[in-house]
Amino acid sequence: MWVDLLITLVKILFVFAVTVGFFAPVLTWVERKQSALMQDRIGANRADIMGFTALGLFHIIADALKMFTKEDFIPDGANRVLHTISPIIALVPALLTFAVVPFGGHYNLFGKDVHLVISDLDVGLLFVFAIASLATYGYVIAGWSSNNNWSLLGSMRTASQMISYEVTMGLTIIGVLMVYGSMKLTDIGAIQENFWMWGIFLQPVGFFMFLTASIAENKRIPFDAPEAESELVAGYFTEYSGLKFGMFFMAEFIEMVTIGAIMTILFLGAWHIPFLSSATLLSWFDFLGTTGSNLVLMLIHVGVFFAKVCFFIWLQMIIRWTLPRFRYDQIMKLGWKILLPLSLANILVTGLVILALN
Amino acid sequence: MELLIFYPLAGFCVVLALGVVFNNSPVGSAISLIGMMLGLSGVFVLQQAHFIAILQIIIYAGAIMVLFMFVIMLLNLKKGDDAGWIARERNLLLSVLTGLLAVGILYKISDVLFSAQMDTPATLPDSFGTVANIGETLFTDFVLPFEVASILLLAAMVGAVVLAKTKLD
Repeated sequence: MWVDLLITLVKILFVFAVTVGFFAPVLTWVERKQSALMQDRIGANRADIMGFTALGLFHIIADALKMFTKEDFIPDGANRVLHTISPIIALVPALLTFAVVPFGGHYNLFGKDVHLVISDLDVGLLFVFAIASLATYGYVIAGWSSNNNWSLLGSMRTASQMISYEVTMGLTIIGVLMVYGSMKLTDIGAIQENFWMWGIFLQPVGFFMFLTASIAENKRIPFDAPEAESELVAGYFTEYSGLKFGMFFMAEFIEMVTIGAIMTILFLGAWHIPFLSSATLLSWFDFLGTTGSNLVLMLIHVGVFFAKVCFFIWLQMIIRWTLPRFRYDQIMKLGWKILLPLSLANILVTGLVILALN
Repeated sequence: MELLIFYPLAGFCVVLALGVVFNNSPVGSAISLIGMMLGLSGVFVLQQAHFIAILQIIIYAGAIMVLFMFVIMLLNLKKGDDAGWIARERNLLLSVLTGLLAVGILYKISDVLFSAQMDTPATLPDSFGTVANIGETLFTDFVLPFEVASILLLAAMVGAVVLAKTKLD
């Protein structure tokens, strides 16, 4: 009982350390450097400690200090309570999703079967979807409570954009569920030990639609109409400063990690290496004993999983700095007139193929 | 143990439900309603109905209430004055009818509550509330009501589109 509780606690701490402690701060640096690289600039390299710049990595510390010390400003006529809690409502769902995300299989450590997932819910994939849809409120309430027309416009765009693309996302997930026959993310991951069962082969159209819809859900360029720096100042978070602004910022980066993790599990073979089953890997490290070989296997799987997540984060950044922004009506047209019929057709074709194969 | 979670959760729901009714600003009411739906889904989880709990969040809290908020913001509704609505005669009749309906429902609920056996907790099979189990029930025992309901929803959707279209032209 106590051991199980301790294991769960360690897993929760690990997830927090990886997302809040590692990915969120490092990605601010990666985004600067990547954009600099793509625009033939040098990028962040000014913050230094005793003359050392460490490739601009100290900008992370400078950013954090700036956010902590800035004045926390609440505009006149704003709803103080809602203005304060909306960044929290935006950040919590991004973190909560990781409760059902498996970052490895299950391993026999010291005679215990350890599953690398915090909570293996029967409705796992739906849980992700439900929690992601709650994030909308953070952005909508933020804009409304700011008592600012730019903010209000931004949050209205957020609401309409997120609803539109949630439809596509939900319908794409149905295709994935039909193929794998389970909503448990651990099951979906385990099935993909066979390389030809990877989601990207079974649901190629679904892969691209899910990627598009999730970038739209995260409101990054080319889908940044809610933020629209050239039209709406900064959209829904125009009136935010200091740490509250930082929380919106963090939510965006953590959501990038979430999208990467979900896409890895659904479409890119989760924690598996192509053509290398867990049994083969275990037999290679047999000389280390049961716990030792399982430990090595676990490290390899977690490493592979996060490498794939990093690939998806890189992909999102490349898209962010390559494509120009969509206009608002183009976003709606893409969502309702192209992606929605396409995702319905995807379900139909998937169903027909499954029927034909059986 | 279960009651320790149930009572705070139920109290949370009741307080927020009252918040929906007594809040002056439409946005405040909407936010209370969202909170109440999240609490309700917690109650569903307590009853081992995980699938229903998640659907409650996805459909009501995640989709319908976002639309509510969207409409409230689009129309930029301000705080309503309390006296105006109920003072009109037509609305008075409506209020009385709604009140009677509520009393009827309460009577039915209390009827069920008192006839229920509280002392023997029901034993649940392991598969209770799982997605597979609910899907199987829906598509075997209740396939006709399920299909009828889906056709009804489709008709409502088409109707809504038609109504919106004629207004645009």
